[in-house]
Amino acid sequence: MAQRIDVKDLNIYYGDFLAVEGVSMTIDPKSVTAFIGPSGCGKSTFLRTLNRMHEVIPGARVDGSVELEGVDLYGDDVDPVAVRRTVGMVFQRPNPFPTMSIRDNVLAGVKLNNKRISKSDADELVESSLRGANLWNEVKDRLEKPGSGLSGGQQQRLCIARAIAVKPQVVLMDEPCSALDPISTLAIEDLIQELKKDYTIVIVTHNMQQAARVSDRTAFFNIAGTGKPGRLIEMNDTATIFSSPAEKATEDYVSGRFG
Amino acid sequence: MTTTDSPPDAKPGRLKPPTRRRNHGDTERGFSRVFRWITTGSGAFLLLVLAAVAVFLIARGLPALTASPEELSGKGGLPTGMNSLWDLVGPLVFGTLLAAAMALLLATPVAIGIALFISHYAPRRAASVIGYVIDLLAAIPSVVFGLWGGRTLAPIISDVWVWIAGVLDFLPFWTVNVTNTGRSLATASVVLAVMVLPIITAVSREVFLQTPTLHEEAALALGATRWEMIRTAVLPFGRSGVISAAMLGLGRALGETMAVLMILSPGILYSFQIFDSGQQQTIAAFIASRFAEASGLAVNVLIATGLALFVITMVVNMGARAIVARRKEFSGAN
Repeated sequence: MAQRIDVKDLNIYYGDFLAVEGVSMTIDPKSVTAFIGPSGCGKSTFLRTLNRMHEVIPGARVDGSVELEGVDLYGDDVDPVAVRRTVGMVFQRPNPFPTMSIRDNVLAGVKLNNKRISKSDADELVESSLRGANLWNEVKDRLEKPGSGLSGGQQQRLCIARAIAVKPQVVLMDEPCSALDPISTLAIEDLIQELKKDYTIVIVTHNMQQAARVSDRTAFFNIAGTGKPGRLIEMNDTATIFSSPAEKATEDYVSGRFG
Repeated sequence: MTTTDSPPDAKPGRLKPPTRRRNHGDTERGFSRVFRWITTGSGAFLLLVLAAVAVFLIARGLPALTASPEELSGKGGLPTGMNSLWDLVGPLVFGTLLAAAMALLLATPVAIGIALFISHYAPRRAASVIGYVIDLLAAIPSVVFGLWGGRTLAPIISDVWVWIAGVLDFLPFWTVNVTNTGRSLATASVVLAVMVLPIITAVSREVFLQTPTLHEEAALALGATRWEMIRTAVLPFGRSGVISAAMLGLGRALGETMAVLMILSPGILYSFQIFDSGQQQTIAAFIASRFAEASGLAVNVLIATGLALFVITMVVNMGARAIVARRKEFSGAN
């Protein structure tokens, strides 16, 4: 299920503006990698290049390469639609489709690309995905109710269920807890520990305690100033980043001296 | 969902301030109070106008509703062979609904297509140009549409109608009649469709543009193509807005007078022969064609048909609201 990501010399542009410069990193399969850094340092932008979601914004482009198990996601014959089916994504704010029931939300990705699925297979997939997202027991009696009727934390877990229902290799999470209360945050963090048994997880977070709690490896991004590109400063095991980072800037950030 | 509801156990009066001031008193002084009256007055004025129109239609239409058949066919100006008011109003209502429904059927899919093109496919510069052209279409007076429809479109499009009638020839029990002049309800409906296109497009475009980026990205991140993203995120979100847009268009199609008057060769029949002349007529065009020469009871007859149009419009709008409200739970508003 899980796959390894290799990023080499990646520059990300919005039009002529260089947003993120020279990122190279390796993300191990079945691990949790956290991106931390101050606002505007390009960590979310970089995350979105891992499933080509940044292309949604007109004028956005990259050079360099992002390889998933040796296959360049930016190769000429690679379809961004296929990339996004392999690399799923969970967003900052819970975004279940408001017009769909809980069940249909889970199946939304599966029913794309004209795929047909029998009712029994669909039932099974809904249950396994919702169980996978630790949501099954809370919603099993109201699968036909709208997803927007759930609490924020439940909605976010519904979005995770929807993302894993298409059986991706990698799940990207862009500050998945920033709109949630502490209890819901805890539920998501527990879930991330479960998910890493099957998936490669990459999570962007503003919360350093969260990075320390959930991740195996941590990457610190920083920006020299407004209008300058964001850079990857340092990447290492989470314990090392938070106890004895190699760079001064990292230490200042994780110890709360700035950011 | 709604969190503003007061708790059910709140006793009436318990939350009232001890002074005799009204609820809004402590925030309303000076112009704030004046503005409150302005807005309340505007709202009341609208209702007053609506009520005045309804009272006028009922009061002036009543003599026609209560007149005897002899009076109606004599002074009432009822066409020969008709014995009651319903013989006149019925086919007119039928013709009006048929023309408007066909116009809507033709215009709505095209309008949705244009709106989606502008909101999600076209490059930004092209989108604004197309939007501007569509808005211009709304500014063309209906008389011009009537002239164009009657003089230019009808002779050309009659060939199409003849061809369709030929294709439909295999139908048993039903002969499709077709006129060579093109002055049929089908032509009128095409022109009506062009006339309601701008309003449906403009409203739909606004609704589609308001689709939350969050939901579009949710669909794309699941591996949706652009069309699938539109199907899963944009269209469901815009559904009630598109229905409202279609109803606005329907309102215009139902009431449109000049274009129909100038294109259609009228008849007062319950007829589905939409390619033939002398079959149907719409209420608005009927009133306009007769009003100048009518007097006495004949005027009351015309106003009674106007009352029928008023009622249809109200019923159609209420129906549309019911459709929109039925799936409120899933609308995304909560």
